[in-house]
Amino acid sequence: MKLLRTFTKGLWEELPPFRLVLGLCPVLAVTKSAETGLGMGLAVIFVLTCSNVLVSCLRNVIPRKVRIASYIVIIASFVVMVELASQAFFYKIYESLGIFIPLIVVNCIILGRAEAFASRNGIIPSALDGLGIGLGFTMSLTVLGAIREILGAGTLFGTQVMWSSFRPFTFMVEAPGAFISLGVLLALMNAFSKTQQS
Amino acid sequence: MEYIVLVISAVLIKNILLAEYLGNCPFLGTSKRMDTAVGMGLAVIFVMTIATAVTYVVQHMVLVPLNLGYLQTIAFILVIAALVQFVEMFLRKFAPPLYVALGIFLPLITTNCAVLGTAILCIRRDMNFPEAVVFAIASASGFTLALILLAGIRERLEISNVPRALRGTAIGLIMAGLMSLAFFGFVGVDGSLKEFIQN
Repeated sequence: MKLLRTFTKGLWEELPPFRLVLGLCPVLAVTKSAETGLGMGLAVIFVLTCSNVLVSCLRNVIPRKVRIASYIVIIASFVVMVELASQAFFYKIYESLGIFIPLIVVNCIILGRAEAFASRNGIIPSALDGLGIGLGFTMSLTVLGAIREILGAGTLFGTQVMWSSFRPFTFMVEAPGAFISLGVLLALMNAFSKTQQS
Repeated sequence: MEYIVLVISAVLIKNILLAEYLGNCPFLGTSKRMDTAVGMGLAVIFVMTIATAVTYVVQHMVLVPLNLGYLQTIAFILVIAALVQFVEMFLRKFAPPLYVALGIFLPLITTNCAVLGTAILCIRRDMNFPEAVVFAIASASGFTLALILLAGIRERLEISNVPRALRGTAIGLIMAGLMSLAFFGFVGVDGSLKEFIQN
């Protein structure tokens, strides 16, 4: 039961990036379309789960003083794997994510989970925590990407979904649209959880 | 003369925060008050310039000759982390007033993706060394400009009546969006400036 909660808390209670307001740069940058959002999310699930497992395995070996540096090296190794693998097998996604694949290294969510969870818990809970938070992150990215793609280009995963005379709001796929749609979604989440509590 | 175009483009048109989406965590985290915004901005200018210069040398003197290009990400993040630590120790020893002003922001900068991002962008865009350094200074100044502007707006928002759900990060993000929309007005300035210089 406790294990299940470790997994599901990432999907709503601690849903990144809305409840855990961390790692905003990739969220804003790669949600131009649902597809790139999903690709980024999958890369983050892989890195987060693997680094959580490895940090948890090594938690009694790593001296406390150099722990952050050690976590960064562990995370960076998995990021390099993702970078090389996506370059070889998913070149289109690799091109559209661009600089944001190497920047997964400095995504605060991953370092945050290593420090706050994996360094204090066993291997299985850490893996589930990584999977749950990663899945929540993927969900948020895909939803945000879908909203921006539908309003900004009239398509979803590349297929036309809006009526043919629809004039897309181009600003939604540019930087201002990223900030504003994330802000509005965050406000909606806040409003919703307020009414749920009362 | 190209440097002027490079600077204007990095500060106003391709502003690192508002158009390139780098460094947004400290952007929203430290923009609640003006003094923290100024401190963070100065620390970023300082570290980003040194980090870009050092990583540039590492890339072209170590990684490329040894065919270790695939280690770029790991090497850069280690260099930046070590550098931040070193800058912190150096300032504490030799410039205590500066250390007091910037001290608490320095550890945060290691995980600021703007620093790593600028270093990687310089390599990916095949800049030469002076260009990379100028680009780093200009990007960091653009970061500071946007941060200080947003801090000014958010200090005003503190005393105004914002709907409860929007308070905090949500309204900060929307303000950043409006600022980014305003910065869109600079698009194309670099092209006409280039023409002007050539004539």
